Amino acid sequence: MNAPVPPPTACGGIDFHQEHGQRAVFCGLTGIVWLHRKIQDAFFLVVGSRTCAHLIQSAAGVMIFAEPRFATAIIDERDLAGIADANEELDRVVTRLIERRPDIKLLFLVGSCPSEVIKLDLSRAAQRLSGRLAPVRVLNYSGSGIETTFTQGEDACLAALVPELPRSPAEAAPSLLIVGALADVVEDQFLRIFAAMGIADVRFLPARRAGAMPAIGRNTRYLLAQPFLADTARALDERGAHRLAAPFPLGAEGTTGWLQAAADAFGVDDTAFAAATAAGRARAETALAPHREKLGGKRVFFFPDSQLEVPLARFLARELGVELVEVGTPYLHRAHLAAEIEMLPAGTRVTEGQSLDDQMDRCRAARPDLTVCGLGLANPLEAEGLSTKWSIELLFTPVQGYEQAGDLAELFARPLRRRALLEV
Amino acid sequence: MQLTLWTYEGPPHIGAMRVATAMTGLHYVLHAPQGDTYADLLFTMIERRDARPPVTYTTFRAQDLGRDTAELFKTSVAAAYTRFQPQAMIVGASCTAELIQDDPGGLAKALDLPIPVIPLELPAYQKKENWGASETFYRLVRALAGAPASRPAREPGRRPLCNILGPTALGFRHRDDLIEIRRLLDSLEIDVNVVAPLGASPADLGRLKEADFNVVLYPETARSAAEYLKKNFGQPFTQEVPLGVGATNRFITEVAALTGLDPAPLLDGLGSRLPWYSRSVDSTYLTAKRVFVFGDATHAIGIARMAARELGFTVVGLGTYSREFAREVRAEAAEHGIEALITDDYLDVEAAIRAAAPELVLGTQMERHVAKRLGIPCAVISAPVHVQDFPARYAPQMGFEGANVLFDTLVHPLMMGLEEHLLGMFREDPEFHDGVGPSHLGGTPFEAPQAAASLESVPAAAAPSLAVAPILLDEAVTITAASWAPEAERELKKIPFFVRGKARSNTEKFARERQLPLITVETLYDAKAHYGR
Repeated sequence: MNAPVPPPTACGGIDFHQEHGQRAVFCGLTGIVWLHRKIQDAFFLVVGSRTCAHLIQSAAGVMIFAEPRFATAIIDERDLAGIADANEELDRVVTRLIERRPDIKLLFLVGSCPSEVIKLDLSRAAQRLSGRLAPVRVLNYSGSGIETTFTQGEDACLAALVPELPRSPAEAAPSLLIVGALADVVEDQFLRIFAAMGIADVRFLPARRAGAMPAIGRNTRYLLAQPFLADTARALDERGAHRLAAPFPLGAEGTTGWLQAAADAFGVDDTAFAAATAAGRARAETALAPHREKLGGKRVFFFPDSQLEVPLARFLARELGVELVEVGTPYLHRAHLAAEIEMLPAGTRVTEGQSLDDQMDRCRAARPDLTVCGLGLANPLEAEGLSTKWSIELLFTPVQGYEQAGDLAELFARPLRRRALLEV
Repeated sequence: MQLTLWTYEGPPHIGAMRVATAMTGLHYVLHAPQGDTYADLLFTMIERRDARPPVTYTTFRAQDLGRDTAELFKTSVAAAYTRFQPQAMIVGASCTAELIQDDPGGLAKALDLPIPVIPLELPAYQKKENWGASETFYRLVRALAGAPASRPAREPGRRPLCNILGPTALGFRHRDDLIEIRRLLDSLEIDVNVVAPLGASPADLGRLKEADFNVVLYPETARSAAEYLKKNFGQPFTQEVPLGVGATNRFITEVAALTGLDPAPLLDGLGSRLPWYSRSVDSTYLTAKRVFVFGDATHAIGIARMAARELGFTVVGLGTYSREFAREVRAEAAEHGIEALITDDYLDVEAAIRAAAPELVLGTQMERHVAKRLGIPCAVISAPVHVQDFPARYAPQMGFEGANVLFDTLVHPLMMGLEEHLLGMFREDPEFHDGVGPSHLGGTPFEAPQAAASLESVPAAAAPSLAVAPILLDEAVTITAASWAPEAERELKKIPFFVRGKARSNTEKFARERQLPLITVETLYDAKAHYGR
């Protein structure tokens, strides 16, 4: 799945590096924490170990208590020793779960490192259970650490949905599909802008309900709303859909570029586009201006986490005047990020992969004004006198689109303001 | 396979991390897939540590599985040694690495490092976090404490010397318990040799044998190691865990007996405010309050005992997720005339709490959330806990100051005596009407949980899931009433809300047993007389 990308020969003017070693990143199971909020009648059942259950409860924090729609089927000794037939056990657990939660329409069996290493065939299990539990649909994908890094869990989940999507008729008018889980409020904002441009048929993947997933076909033009959707894009391409190349809708410039790609594909004229986006652009500009003062000239270092790093770095550099020390990313999809890479300041150091201790050494040596990193590193770096912004918040907070551009800047400005504020 | 939403304990390698992170000069190389580094943030966020745990992960991925994960492991060990220069290392596998069957011990040994490298066997599919911590500490002590020897008798005039065993990273109040116990031992004129694992280095473990005896604060993590030290160096270890005034006094007596010192000066001292606070008249209302206790075995046992004997509560439920200590918890439960609940399934705990209909729940963060949902006051007395239970302030559980802390912790969630009295006296007054609820529970009116009505009165956020999730209900809840006469219903409303649910279910049970079709005011009071309180 995550075959290493060969070293790019001409990647704009960036200073590209690949690194191998210890990686301090989440596995793809973490994606469940926001995906289950998005698809409201889906349940995510991890087939894994106690470690997997512990990870999800650590990542989900207090959310675990609202009877969320995820759980772990913990593989135990009996399953490993073959005393219990793992498939029968899985069927038993799933049957019990569905009885307990009759509101569930879509069940994801989520593969983990243990289930993959013992080669438990979850795709067969999903097929078998789909037949038995109809009308509940059962799908599977891998969120294991050996296959996926953090947000790639969403990619794997959406890629599993694509073959299930209904086919739109060949003669249907072009429709626009937005791919990647966005906050409801952000989806609604984009719908209004597209409507103002005259693009009426806009759908989202994932949809909010299992029964309302969008149809696709040769008429489908899709925009990626997130940079980590390589497999999903490939699956959509296989079903005849066409990707619209665009930057990602982070910041005013990214949002305009992203909307522009749709406008161009749907023949929206410049006047209509300007009219539809003018108010949003103006508001974003107003919201960003005060942050430009605080962040302008600040030196920022990104540790790899979500693949959002390159678009975020582009936003910080171009719209807020930030200086980029290093932009770490777990993977760099050159095609999907082509527009972003082009917009990065020439010579930006981009590192794909990680060797944690070496990267921390570079960070310490550079002493950036702000370091974007995971929660395992944030407090230790703060204790060394470095200001940090913990990165996982960027996945849980609505940050896309014009109306959120100011909020996005605020996420980076706040740690600096706080450091200046504290007298002790 | 076990369907799990919530787990009280992490896998055993988290226990090993708790020991490694507690210590200095020790490094842990963990053969684990990418993603297992999530465990770092338990230490850096929940405990707010200012450094990364001393753990190097191999973070192998699918592409490595086709190559040589064993080689990757060796490289990681070598690199970690070069970079961190530890005095000793522990090496082991997480759950996934256990399946691919590289041999961390053998591979590390092949590197022939000039420091002790201790392999850990932590069966991730059978055991859990506390076992992992205990086993890791035991292995470290075994490897580093030195050769078995008989200990020379203490020279006359020298103060007795002890080790304190058990505090770890991510331990519930371990930091402050340690301060409190050190103070106590110092007042007894006993010196502390080594505290371990918390703050100890591998070299310090080599000095363990110099002590006269061991203080075991947390049997979950330290009993195996203490037994090893007893067997090989003849060091006796303490059995009493000083939670509460009585246990602290017994602990002092026990330590005094081990050392031949006189405990009397310390026992006579005004060590804790708890005895007076508990005797003061405002505490009278605490008498026989129904309390449900759940947590790790040490805290569950100690606090149940203290709640019953020092606060005058009635323990109506006692349980633990620590299967290793089930026997001890069963014995304690028998003392309270109840049966212990040994489970790691929080739905079982929730069902037991509903069935016991307590007025106060003492548990972990899971019980806090269950109690919140049921509208029952609750205090946290055991791990697992959230970040707020690693407080900035001094907040021990053990010793005399710990008893003060526990008094406040256990009483604050309840309504204070005067407030409860006023509520009873002026229950129809607008300020004190019985729907207001205690001010410190957010002022949200609630029905007592055992009332059938509580299923409808759960907060909206939890409602949809509750509506679809069948929950084991106790008899009193599932069987709805013989119908209530309107005037009986009105009379029921005059009973303070915090006992109203109990009154309702008792009355309905009473009516059912007598096959009364209609509950009248008479029935209500007949039932009240029948059950007493």
